[in-house]
Amino acid sequence: MDYFAQQLINGIVLGSIYGLIAIGYTMVYGIVGMINFAHGDIFMIGGFIALISFLILVSIGLTAIPLILLIVLLVSMAITALYGWTVERIAYRPLRQSFRLAPMLSAIGMSFVLINYSQIAQGARVKPVPPIITGGYSLFEHDGFVVRLSNVQVIVVITTVVLLAIFTWLVSRTRLGRDMRACEQDQTMAALLGVDVDRTISMTFVIGAALAAVAGMMYLLYYGLVDFFMGFVAGIKAFTAAVLGGIGSLPGAMLGGLLIGLIETLWSAYFSIEYKDVAAFSILIVVLIFLPTGLLGRPEVEKV
Amino acid sequence: MTATTPDLVQASRLPGVAFIFKKALISALVALLLFSLMIGIRTEAGPTGQLIYWTRSGDLAAMVVTVFGGSILVELLRQWWGPVGTVRIVPPNVQSALALARRAIAPLLLIFTFLVPVIFYDQRYILDLGILVLTYVMLGWGLNVVVGLAGLLDLGYVAFYAVGAYSYALLSTNFGLSFWVCLPLAGILAAFWGVLLGFPVLRLRGDYLAIVTLAFGEIIRLVIINWQSLTGGPNGVSGIPRPSFFGIPLTPGDDGLAAKLGIEFSPTHRIVFLFYVILALALLTNWVTIRLRRLPIGRAWEALREDEVACRALGINTTTTKLTAFATGAMFGGFAGAFFATRQGFISPESFTFQESALVLAIVVLGGMGSQLGVALAALTMIGGFELFRGFDQYRMLVFGVAMVLLMIWRPRGLIGHRAPTVFLRHSQAISSELAGEGRG
Repeated sequence: MDYFAQQLINGIVLGSIYGLIAIGYTMVYGIVGMINFAHGDIFMIGGFIALISFLILVSIGLTAIPLILLIVLLVSMAITALYGWTVERIAYRPLRQSFRLAPMLSAIGMSFVLINYSQIAQGARVKPVPPIITGGYSLFEHDGFVVRLSNVQVIVVITTVVLLAIFTWLVSRTRLGRDMRACEQDQTMAALLGVDVDRTISMTFVIGAALAAVAGMMYLLYYGLVDFFMGFVAGIKAFTAAVLGGIGSLPGAMLGGLLIGLIETLWSAYFSIEYKDVAAFSILIVVLIFLPTGLLGRPEVEKV
Repeated sequence: MTATTPDLVQASRLPGVAFIFKKALISALVALLLFSLMIGIRTEAGPTGQLIYWTRSGDLAAMVVTVFGGSILVELLRQWWGPVGTVRIVPPNVQSALALARRAIAPLLLIFTFLVPVIFYDQRYILDLGILVLTYVMLGWGLNVVVGLAGLLDLGYVAFYAVGAYSYALLSTNFGLSFWVCLPLAGILAAFWGVLLGFPVLRLRGDYLAIVTLAFGEIIRLVIINWQSLTGGPNGVSGIPRPSFFGIPLTPGDDGLAAKLGIEFSPTHRIVFLFYVILALALLTNWVTIRLRRLPIGRAWEALREDEVACRALGINTTTTKLTAFATGAMFGGFAGAFFATRQGFISPESFTFQESALVLAIVVLGGMGSQLGVALAALTMIGGFELFRGFDQYRMLVFGVAMVLLMIWRPRGLIGHRAPTVFLRHSQAISSELAGEGRG
């Protein structure tokens, strides 16, 4: 029971990270109708930028941890968002009118570019950082097993919740959110009614990338390392989360992320850690067969 | 009059220059922000395990200047070339010459390929490269059935390659079966896995299908890595038997092929033999594909690629159509995998990563999705290009990614090929009413 409670906590934390990445997939799929294959690698770039800005801040003598974290968060969000914008501008926008598979193939190419760019720029070795946030609480103890909740876990969950609140407000209350929802329903009609479709799509990528940057930073804080290949597997899992929650649905992406995080953690805890990725990928296949619209998704009408 | 014309040209060019300059400046600024931390600063684990960093302002400046210059160059090229989609009219005599060249290229290429081991007998490197290129030609032709003909985007093709390779490796090392017995078995096993993958993804389309096939490919690779008792895990399988000339081994001993033919033994014999084996396998793939394309099933694949809903409305069984496409493509992947295992003598999961799938897919896309000749030329270009970049190992996948993006922007239909359906109505016939009455309309 205590072991289970501990795994539950770990799963929720991991799930928050997946959920943040999954939102990027689901938003882009909802509006442009393509799988942004390079999104996982945007998450990796976010992790790298968080790492580098953290190193600089520490080396110039800043000691106040909350201030450092805030600056790192803002810097990595800003620069990663610019990466998202650039990727869309270079690789996807020219392909709006192209054939069906073109954006997907272009995205695969972009994913290779980002992976190898980081490998060349920062080297192939894993970059470890010492634990930045230490300490935690012992929740309860039973039969000598202590259930712990570390400060990092608290910060990850709180940041996720706060960002989700801001994000939900953005989509449901602001002009930009209204434009995004309009483009999701009908791009041509939205354009006719004066919505700048290109700008809205760009903003979608920017927001998705900023959230992925937060996920990258949380990953760095939680696991204490980044490497150039971490975006690939994390990306597929986050996509699985988006599909599980119902692609196009924002609460669905978060729910799917939490579920995938929990399933992965519990699978590693009770079955085999070697096959945890196999479990996540199998879920993707199973969900698409039996529940193609996901948990909270709307069924897609097939039009000729 | 003559004096005003240059002025007019100048006047219309001037805002262009300002525009180009402004655009390049913005690009350079974006590049500066993008690269500031990733390139301007390099991190590495120091001697004590602590991360250290140092700045690389020179590299950063070089990158920003490159982007600035590149942006101006691209903009100038764009003005010179006209908007994307500009149709250049080729003079008729050049057109006919091109058509002739296009007809002649396939037979010439085939003859040349047959002669490669004769011409380059002493150059082991060229022969090895030839075998590699032909392996990818075969993989490309196999995947072409799935992607090019049936229009199903398969990102996990390497899984079938792996199934074929491991089938041969395990059957031969554990049960001593020969290559020629295992080759069909590897194909059958891979086709079986193809159907197994095909069943769940029948209802999926486009992007979803791509991701599921990708997940499938990763699952196969992860199982190979983790099922150590069967596959040897990350260490792979070694000591895979080399192929024999239909039972006669290609060894220096008394019962070897060289001794039986009464010629002096040379290790090159085996390379030449392997070259012709993969050439035969590739040509088999090509021949089967061309034949299948003319059969009802091939027509159904092409119809499926063009429009799935219309296909179903016309009573085509999309289930069997998709499954046969997967099975056929997978079977050829399995053959190629078995060949790969016997050529290498050693296989490990390292050889079956997503990168390989993407490479084969890129070959098919570059070749124009559906064109057999295009795929062959694309494989030659791609593998040849990789060989040219051998010294810059780090950069070649970067260049590969950039090339894929640029290809999609400029030539989404591929550099050489075409993907038009093989049958279509050439012209509508005007017939008299009595013929229409007889039902000939």
